[in-house]
Amino acid sequence: MTTTLELTNISKQFPGVKALDDVHFEMNAGEVHALLGENGAGKSTLIKIISGVHKPDRGTIRMSGQPVQFNNPREAQAKGIATIYQELSLYPELTVAENIFMGHAPRRKIGPLSIMDWRTAFERARELLASLNIYDLDVRRKVGSLTVGNRQRVEIAKALSINAQVLIMDEPTAALTEADVLRLFEIVRLLKQRGVGIIYISHRLQEVFELADRATVLRDGQYVGTKLVKDTSEDELISMMVGRTIDNLFPKLDTTIGNPVLEVRNLWNKPLCRDVSFQVRAGEIVGLAGLVGSGRSELAQTIFGFTPAQSGEIILNGKPIRVRTPGDAIRLGIAYVPEDRGTQGLVKQMNIRENASLAVLRSISRASFIKRAEERNLAKRAIEQLSIRAYSTEQVVNKLSGGNQQKVVVSKWLASKPKVLIMDEPTRGVDVGAKAEIHRLISELASQGLAILMISSELPEVLGMSDRILVMREGRVVAEFDRKDANQQNVVSAMIRESSAPNGTTAPEGVLQ
Amino acid sequence: MTATAARSHIHRDNLLTRSLSFLSSQEVILFFVLVGLIVLVGTSNPRYVAERNFINILNGNAYIAVAAIGMSMVIISRNIDISVGSLIGVLGTLSGSLAINGYPIWMSWVVPVLAGALVGAVIGFLVAYLRIPSIVVTLGLLSILKGGLITITGGAWITDLPKDYFLAQIKTPPVSLLGLNLPEIPSPIVFMIVLTILAALWMRYSMTGRAIYAVGGNAEAARLSGISEKRIIMTVFIINGLTVGIAAVLWATQLSIIQSTVPAGLELQVITSAVVGGVSILGGIGTTVGAMLAAILLSAINSALVFIDVSPYWFRAVVGVLILFTVLVDLLRRQRSRASARG
Repeated sequence: MTTTLELTNISKQFPGVKALDDVHFEMNAGEVHALLGENGAGKSTLIKIISGVHKPDRGTIRMSGQPVQFNNPREAQAKGIATIYQELSLYPELTVAENIFMGHAPRRKIGPLSIMDWRTAFERARELLASLNIYDLDVRRKVGSLTVGNRQRVEIAKALSINAQVLIMDEPTAALTEADVLRLFEIVRLLKQRGVGIIYISHRLQEVFELADRATVLRDGQYVGTKLVKDTSEDELISMMVGRTIDNLFPKLDTTIGNPVLEVRNLWNKPLCRDVSFQVRAGEIVGLAGLVGSGRSELAQTIFGFTPAQSGEIILNGKPIRVRTPGDAIRLGIAYVPEDRGTQGLVKQMNIRENASLAVLRSISRASFIKRAEERNLAKRAIEQLSIRAYSTEQVVNKLSGGNQQKVVVSKWLASKPKVLIMDEPTRGVDVGAKAEIHRLISELASQGLAILMISSELPEVLGMSDRILVMREGRVVAEFDRKDANQQNVVSAMIRESSAPNGTTAPEGVLQ
Repeated sequence: MTATAARSHIHRDNLLTRSLSFLSSQEVILFFVLVGLIVLVGTSNPRYVAERNFINILNGNAYIAVAAIGMSMVIISRNIDISVGSLIGVLGTLSGSLAINGYPIWMSWVVPVLAGALVGAVIGFLVAYLRIPSIVVTLGLLSILKGGLITITGGAWITDLPKDYFLAQIKTPPVSLLGLNLPEIPSPIVFMIVLTILAALWMRYSMTGRAIYAVGGNAEAARLSGISEKRIIMTVFIINGLTVGIAAVLWATQLSIIQSTVPAGLELQVITSAVVGGVSILGGIGTTVGAMLAAILLSAINSALVFIDVSPYWFRAVVGVLILFTVLVDLLRRQRSRASARG
């Protein structure tokens, strides 16, 4: 068998993070090669290097034995590498044929002009689709009117139109229905027979066992190993994916856990919050684990009233409450530190003082005018309590480091004196020092009796900080572990395994873009 | 102007950086450009700086500065209103019609202001609740108002206005201070200064003012902080309607004839005042004081062209250069602060 693609000793550094460290990957013609790893293991970085989006800092890429270098995605495409990303990158207002030939449309000459040759484009588009056994797709239809499954087929046809030798598929089944998944598998097998190498990224191990020849596992940007699928097992792959070292974590303080503060019963908010029930008690940190897109943030935003619930009960300190807007939630004592501080947490043109007081303006105002002295004190206290490194309360938050910005967001929510604090990825993108400080703070807040729900994609953080861990998958809470019973193996297993799903394996409806 | 001038976005860790940030604020820069212009043109033609001329410059354009107050708030909230010129025309005509049809004079002054607020509420509703972009809503309104006005009035001029109708021609009583006769100040200038200062204080110190900056700066963060974006957008457009109404009355009552048409390009002058005054077209930044200074600067430039014998047709070109220049400076400032945030 010939090796079409070979990557050796690939390293890539981003500011503050080592995304890939000495990674290997190789693929043969006609092979389906699965790429596995947790959130943040480096899969995305690796495929972006293969597809020319990023340049590696070190290491070599060879195609059919020849070293190659891609300065941009176009150069990678010219060498026959096509990528189908999770968010499909089609133009909804253009037709199927136009999308397929975007950038390399067949042309014909009229005198000195070279114009698009529509007839050939339509014809060749039809041929391409037929070669994938797709006969039910009108090449003149606008892509925006197609189902997600059909859009994906257009993407695949587009990849073939550049004679792809290597096709990268990033979570291709994440948004598909059962029937579409089966059709996709057929197409993958067809491509395989034709000698196309396929890099297949999926969290669904079942699919890997059904489709792939080999699987390469990454963990924390490092190469763990490559296995022949027929010689390995789900358990072995999972243990290769986890086994992360728990370091630079703040030791959790012991707390006495009190009465339930927040209780959620049968909460529905389709598509990504399905019949969720749980409770968080005073002094307790409940970790919410799950893959990206499993519905954790949606659950948090439902409780917080940003996307009000369709049905179900939210009970605060024993009393049922109605939360229709974030304003309601704040008044009732629920705070939400959002996932993305840049787009959801901060008003970047404002200074620390103005950001810190934004959620509590009402309580520091008289006759709708803000009491300046009180506002300044609030900001000063925040800077002290969270040791925010800033010149003064008047420093614009845009000029702070990521960790300090995050602390400003947290301070905004502490100012509202909440009973329940929901934190969505509280340490994403902050440096190690700030991370430890935020962990210390979370721990202290819990020991003061705050009920904390912490969403995190970092397993060590979830395992290290939580008293209890809930695992979500496809909008449902599928597992619950006590601190003493939880380990990487069983949490990850619950995150990705289909078999333990209570209600079949269909993807949630409506998560389609 | 010092008290309200700088809504400073730069840290004030010591006196030096504090003064630097104050001196580099749009308001102070505008002030010095204005003074520079007056000195320069004044030396080449002393009549330019004559008291009467100067008061005339301010007086004739004060209504633009008043309209720029509401416009600043609209743009700070990351919206825009391009119908203000037409609305001023319509409300001015309404004012005059009321006056010549025997309604009490006070009604011809108050009703257009209330009507302005009502129109603002409608725009606000369409933008906030039906989620139609404000540029589309006000573009539609612009056409409706312009077309409607011509159809209804047939372009007839309103003349024979009652003598005590002319609000804009009322002046402050003469005051002598330390033997000096202070100039009598016409009411439009009083309106301009008082309203600008009130609005500046409100924007800086009130909860709603803060919320307007927050919604314009980052609407999602504002919503997640419990601020009702819809309510804020309604508020902003209603206030804008009020200031447009006042501007319309000042515009209508300064001349003895109301032409029943929409003053050409007026909305652009109002928007230009806000933008040149330092209101970021991307939302979240700016002050009403800056907008007022920019309105004054624009009218001073317009008049200066006449005094230094340059064709007034150049005015538009000069305004265009000013707009591009300020937007460029705004973008550069943002880029710089983004770059330093990475460090």
